[in-house]
Amino acid sequence: MTAMFALKDAAKSFAGKTALAPITLAIAPGRTTALIGPSGCGKSTLLRLLIGLVEPDEGEVRFDGTAVDRASAPRLRRRMGYVIQDGGLFPHLTARANAALMARHLGWPRAAIEERIAALAALTRLPRDILDRYPAEISGGQRQRVSLMRALMLDPEVLLLDEPLGALDPIVRYELQTDLRDIFRSLEKTVVLVTHDIGEAGYFADTLVLLRDGRIVQEGTLADLVHRPVEPFVERFVTAQRGLADVIAQVS
Amino acid sequence: MRRVLLALLVAIALALPAMAAAPELRVGSKKFTESVILGEIAVRLAVDAGARATHRRELGGTRILWQALKAGEIDLYVEYSGTLVQEILGGRVAADDAALAAALAAEGIGMTRPLGFNNTYAIAVMPATAERLGARAISDLIRHPALRIRFSEEFLNRADGWPALRARYGLPQADVRGLDHDLAYRGLAAGDIDAIDVYTTDAEIAYYGLRVLADDRGHFPHYGALVVYRLDLRDRAPGVVSALDRLAGRIDETTMARLNAKAKIERVAEARIAADFVAASFRIRAEITEQELVRRLWERTLEHLGLVAVSLAAAIIVAIPLGILAARLARLGQAILAVVGVVQTVPSLALLVFMIPVFGIGAGPAIVALFLYSLLPIVRNTHAGITDVPGPLAESAQAMGLSPRARLRLVELPIASRAILAGIKTSAVINVGTATLGALIGAGGYGQPILTGIRLDDTALILEGAVPAALLALIVQGAFDAAERRLVPRGLRLAAER
Ligand SMILES: Nc1ncnc2c1ncn2[C@@H]1O[C@H](COP(=O)(O)OP(=O)(O)OP(=O)(O)O)[C@@H](O)[C@H]1O
Ligand SMILES: [Mg+2]
Repeated sequence: MTAMFALKDAAKSFAGKTALAPITLAIAPGRTTALIGPSGCGKSTLLRLLIGLVEPDEGEVRFDGTAVDRASAPRLRRRMGYVIQDGGLFPHLTARANAALMARHLGWPRAAIEERIAALAALTRLPRDILDRYPAEISGGQRQRVSLMRALMLDPEVLLLDEPLGALDPIVRYELQTDLRDIFRSLEKTVVLVTHDIGEAGYFADTLVLLRDGRIVQEGTLADLVHRPVEPFVERFVTAQRGLADVIAQVS
Repeated sequence: MRRVLLALLVAIALALPAMAAAPELRVGSKKFTESVILGEIAVRLAVDAGARATHRRELGGTRILWQALKAGEIDLYVEYSGTLVQEILGGRVAADDAALAAALAAEGIGMTRPLGFNNTYAIAVMPATAERLGARAISDLIRHPALRIRFSEEFLNRADGWPALRARYGLPQADVRGLDHDLAYRGLAAGDIDAIDVYTTDAEIAYYGLRVLADDRGHFPHYGALVVYRLDLRDRAPGVVSALDRLAGRIDETTMARLNAKAKIERVAEARIAADFVAASFRIRAEITEQELVRRLWERTLEHLGLVAVSLAAAIIVAIPLGILAARLARLGQAILAVVGVVQTVPSLALLVFMIPVFGIGAGPAIVALFLYSLLPIVRNTHAGITDVPGPLAESAQAMGLSPRARLRLVELPIASRAILAGIKTSAVINVGTATLGALIGAGGYGQPILTGIRLDDTALILEGAVPAALLALIVQGAFDAAERRLVPRGLRLAAER
């Protein structure tokens, strides 16, 4: 099976400071991959590399066999959906207009747009009356649902999500985690998701990629990371995230 | 909105006949009363000689008048020989009429013979003082060292003023100090002061009946009034040139001072003074019409709105793309911001003078100047509005696959709309105020009554320009506040309120 994304010795530094050391990585199609690691380790940079928002200093990034560069990126991006932490919704547009922006720009017929929006609202379980509100008028969880609708509007092959649940309170986050996993399962898309939370990564992803200081430390399933850590850092990273069980054990 | 703009443009076209090419003769005048009266007199004579003459009254100053004359924006105006020799020809010629006429002819300008009066510095005393001292000339003062003398600061300090005068005549007075010119007249009349400096045609000389002492050693430079005109007038309107020549020797200092006093002290309109003068001196009957307040205000309003609307519209059209460019290309952006910033620091009068050779006088150069002054706030706010679009939003737009152009139109400009509109509002309000300076260059507007009011020390007239200008600024501000409610997307206003 050919990779959806293939990075070959792709490296990136900002002002002389390495953000990503040369990285080689293949991301399988139709699966969910989670990028995890401590803050500043290069997760977002790696994700931006995939969608061509950042160009590698060395090496190359391929999407479905095509090199991602300045010329090809705008075209390739229409085959990807991108969601960031607090949604990145445009404040001057309603939820509906945010979701429809690209389709409208591409000249889709009005009816087709409406039909697609209705389907996506159902999929993301967004109440219909929210659609005509502005981002400033809806909750954080609803914003993320709209942002997901916008990312899915053109029915892309790939979804890239950078800490999509990072800014939400635990209850909303739990709800959305469940909904998101259902969506990923039902759509069978290639999903690359950035998170700090190893539990969340394990919940969503088939493959976890653990990064540290711009390098890949370990790549594998959650079980691999928990049971077969390749170095002490992996063990520390896994155990540093206190589970509910530990907390309960402590108070009792 | 568009219809309003169109109506404005039509209004300007109607209100500014100067913009249309009318084959008529234009007389200019400087922004002080004597010049305006003489301009009116020249108009009366030209009309009597069969020309269609209009008066571009109260233009900024010597440089503006001279440039306008050379550029053919006006055909003639009254100038002083000393000014021509010193300021315009830079002292290159001898101060006699023949040499002056030859130097002017080389510039394509003709001159009439002197009108008669010499408007220069002089020393004046009360008639009683003159009797008591037996003084008829400045040299008579040498015998009275105890005199209390008060001079305007300018006269006291300029090299050819008091220091040179004292040296020339060997004047011994010790009690010589600076005093405001208006106060000096009152002090003289009250007997607190013995002698002051005056201009030989000051209205107050006639009003207070002052005795002007003869400059018997010929110290003060000669500032004889004469008409300068474009030489092509000799072909285009030979009758006018000979009519103007009839003025030669007809206005002496006393007459001019009396005419000035009528305007400044009795508040008679210059047109009326001129009509009476030509009726008495040349038996020319002239109809003069005085505009009533409402009509005058209406015309001034149209002129002012025209200046503001055209210059602001042009500034918006140019400044927004410049701001976008500045936001896109950082290096060029700094240069653009620097240039429009520097434009802002050019003094308005200097800017107006620079533009006469290219744009003439009237609404044209005023609009160009206002346009230039309106650029900065709009360019700067457009630049700031776009560069301040939050990073995650800019990135989201890019990640969607929108082209740079589409990103600008669909995302960046709408998000920056508030800042851009605020910039336009700032420009508009400043523009309304600055447009009053347009009067200096014959563009009319609310600056015209202000200028005349300052000249005549007439507060009511100043308010006739200042109050509507202030009201217009408020209305413009209100209109933009209303526009903001309609033009700035609701979602943005909501986001700002949070
Ligand atoms: N545009 C940029 N300019 C300069 N430095 C950058 C830029 N983007 C990222 N970096 C740096 O590169 C490194 C990796 O950043 P990145 O955002 O990829 O980390 P991250 O793993 O996503 O962190 P977090 O979990 O906090 O979001 C950091 O040291 C960061 O400061
Ligand atoms: Mg990040």
